[in-house]
Amino acid sequence: MDLKVNSSVATRDERDAVDSVLGKPTQYTQGGTRTEQDLRISRAGEALRNLRHMLLPTLHAVNDHIGWISRGSINYIAQQLDVAPAEIYGVASFYALFSTTERPKRQVHVCIDLACRAMGGLREDELPEGTHPSPCLGTCERAPAVLVIEAGNPARHEVLAPATPVQINALAKGAWPEAEPSIVSATPQADDDSTKLVLLGRIGKVDPLSITDYQQHGGFVALRKAIQLGATSVIDEVNASGLVGRGGAAFPTGRKWGAVAGQPAFPHYSICNADESEPGTFKDRVIMEGDPFALVEAMIIASFATGCEQGFIYLRGEYPRAIRNVQNAINESKKQGFLGDNILGSGFNFALSIVRGAGAYICGEETAIFNSIEGYRGEPRNKPPFPVEVGVFGKPTLVNNVETLVNVLSIVNDGGATYAALGTEGSKGRKLFCLSGAVTKPGIYEVEFGITLRQLIDLAGGLRSGSTLQAILLGGAAGGFVGPDDLDLPLTMEATHAAGSSLGSGVVMVLDQSVDMVDQLRRIAAFFRDESCGQCVPCRVGTVRQEEIISRLAQGVQSQDIEMLRELGTVMRDASICGLGQTANSAIDSAINKLKVFAQ
Amino acid sequence: MSTQVTTGLHIRRSVQLTIDGQSVTVAEGETILSACRTMGTEIPTLCFGDTITPKNACRVCMVEVEGSRVLVPSCSRKVEPGMVVRTDTERTDHSRKLVLELLGSSVDLSLTKNVARWNSEYEAEPIRFGKPAAPTNDRDEATTGHHHVADGSSVVNVLQPVKIDNELYVRDYSKCIMCYQCVDACGEQWQNTFAIGVAGRGFDIRISTEFNVDLTDSACVYCGNCIQVCPTGALMFTSEYNMREAGTWKEEEQTQTDTICPYCGVGCSLTLHVQDNEIVKVTSPSDHSVTHGNLCIKGRFGFQHVQNRAE
Repeated sequence: MDLKVNSSVATRDERDAVDSVLGKPTQYTQGGTRTEQDLRISRAGEALRNLRHMLLPTLHAVNDHIGWISRGSINYIAQQLDVAPAEIYGVASFYALFSTTERPKRQVHVCIDLACRAMGGLREDELPEGTHPSPCLGTCERAPAVLVIEAGNPARHEVLAPATPVQINALAKGAWPEAEPSIVSATPQADDDSTKLVLLGRIGKVDPLSITDYQQHGGFVALRKAIQLGATSVIDEVNASGLVGRGGAAFPTGRKWGAVAGQPAFPHYSICNADESEPGTFKDRVIMEGDPFALVEAMIIASFATGCEQGFIYLRGEYPRAIRNVQNAINESKKQGFLGDNILGSGFNFALSIVRGAGAYICGEETAIFNSIEGYRGEPRNKPPFPVEVGVFGKPTLVNNVETLVNVLSIVNDGGATYAALGTEGSKGRKLFCLSGAVTKPGIYEVEFGITLRQLIDLAGGLRSGSTLQAILLGGAAGGFVGPDDLDLPLTMEATHAAGSSLGSGVVMVLDQSVDMVDQLRRIAAFFRDESCGQCVPCRVGTVRQEEIISRLAQGVQSQDIEMLRELGTVMRDASICGLGQTANSAIDSAINKLKVFAQ
Repeated sequence: MSTQVTTGLHIRRSVQLTIDGQSVTVAEGETILSACRTMGTEIPTLCFGDTITPKNACRVCMVEVEGSRVLVPSCSRKVEPGMVVRTDTERTDHSRKLVLELLGSSVDLSLTKNVARWNSEYEAEPIRFGKPAAPTNDRDEATTGHHHVADGSSVVNVLQPVKIDNELYVRDYSKCIMCYQCVDACGEQWQNTFAIGVAGRGFDIRISTEFNVDLTDSACVYCGNCIQVCPTGALMFTSEYNMREAGTWKEEEQTQTDTICPYCGVGCSLTLHVQDNEIVKVTSPSDHSVTHGNLCIKGRFGFQHVQNRAE
């Protein structure tokens, strides 16, 4: 490409940040010093553009070290990667954690989302100076939550939860939060030895940073067994287990694996979708923080079964402890030979790395994740073609959620049939639920499918004293509300579907009488407006109109506004490109129809 | 489904499908939209252009396909054997109506072809969402992932000042429906210049140079291929813009004359748009096998010498 960059030049620090990812430029056209040879030849083009997937990590490096992404640094990245500045600007401006304008090194992101505002957190119009609003930080069990990021080399990231307004003020003025409490606090069942936990079994009992400890608690047993069984038999077991995806879409996992394994095109890639951003969802974070080796082991098994030699864990940028723990797990696993070439003498080679998200809910969409990894804007792609045929880098790709993958360990260990015997006919196996809001012991609960909403809430110690139940949000902002009359609803795919709701990612957000439901709906509408990628009209404009109508309804109910919302919901569901737009009205619709929030 | 159609050197199977109850056979690889057009069924399109890979961003061409949970964009979905398509149902009409209303309430569609007709056909009333908000001049400074919470008193839109930063063409993004065609034409599909990209997210997405610098500071080479593909008049020759501002633009009085570009040996086809014996803009036939509608700065804008008549 005939690259044209304008006169802005990167500072030394900016160059160092870029070079920390891409290495020093080797020639003048890449931003290096001019040598005599540069007058005769220029190497660029394909060889450099094949590094496009390095763009996101490079932008992270600049944003981490400097705090924002300047014209000069974009020019320098452009030269290093042979990608046009306009394209890089388009990518950088897609993500909420990046800034293309200068800003203070310290950024205090205050969660203003559903669970936090239900638990007395600040609203967008109440934030102290020097802080700004953030969508759900996935720390709902300790709501309200704050994420502090301080640029530097290395940059510092820390979550404080629960955070009082006084503490938030102090953070804005330069205080630094203490390290987070042990992750065991997020799994209240761990205190009760009578419950045999499997998915959460190791959390709080093993050192999440020690591979030795992991192995002493049954770690890498499943991998050995999987290698012994062989790829086909592993897929057979997963098929027999009846496991379906736990990210929200509930696609049969075994079928997906079989489809990827059978693709003639190579290489195959595996991706763990750890971009958990659905408001009220925090199960994947808890697994990654508390039992990160389990995820690494499950990724190796999935990749072994489907013939993937390279895998990515696309991990939400707002999850600092999960990033640290999973990165450590990858490093340790590599040292011990569980990652790399010829794993356990099987002849199977597998490389695994983290791709850090940069603040975009949409990147949890399974095709948007591809664009994000490849260094493009995280816009969803059209389906068909489906990821199992044409995924990341145009190759067959396996995309699985964290919880889905971790389930595979017990399926391999105990056999698919044992797993399938758990749960109900339509929903087999174990499920993690994310309880937040007005329950006594919020956290992640592991149960067999079939438990009712009432039983689950009882498991969490029931409602807090003084609370009476107003509504429960199932499945997050993309899910739906149910009311106090629905407590005997079995939490299965089939029962929630029949009730017009969805289990989604396992969110059970309990809202008591103190919660302003109209405010919750306004926040849901604002969330989808902020997180829409903007590609298609029904979602880009529909989410804006939806928010405007709800604001009007909040001031006085007009029946034509209710009707207009319904019409918007239909077009978003029918005509949006991806699941974000298709579900952007579902919770609001359920609140109006089921809870009669705007009843006149 | 077994006959074979030979086109050029490639052997393409033919595919039989049903559209609105009628059986139709088209070549493999065709889209539902082209199949519909073959049989004379009109489907509205906005972001679709005939020289750019469909982005299917506008979602006005949605049709029902049996077995599909959601509607399907006809402009990009390839036909499949046995597919059962319906183009004219309550769901498709509702979607088209709402898409026309959503765009109509947020973008200036005054120069977009057929919109008035489709609005009446689908009973779209963009104004029913509420009073349009005043134009803004800060869309290029939007903070990703944040917006001012709407109070619902007026409906936001993309109306903004026209960008005039060079002598050859203007960018009136009040009229932009975000079809991505200019970006694709500037970038990898035609020109490989990459002067513009899509920036921001959600309702704040916009076509932008890096950091919104003027075109004169960007990589733009003024080929004007973006103007050629723009379906809404957001990108416009300065000559046309000035005449429209002055009220002297009279498309119905213009003639279009095809000729060959005089500059180099490639011999691109030009279409000269002439009003009152003056060239007012230059396009190139998009179905031309050499140019596909694309030109360079000379062919597109270098026509003044033709009009340098002796007084």
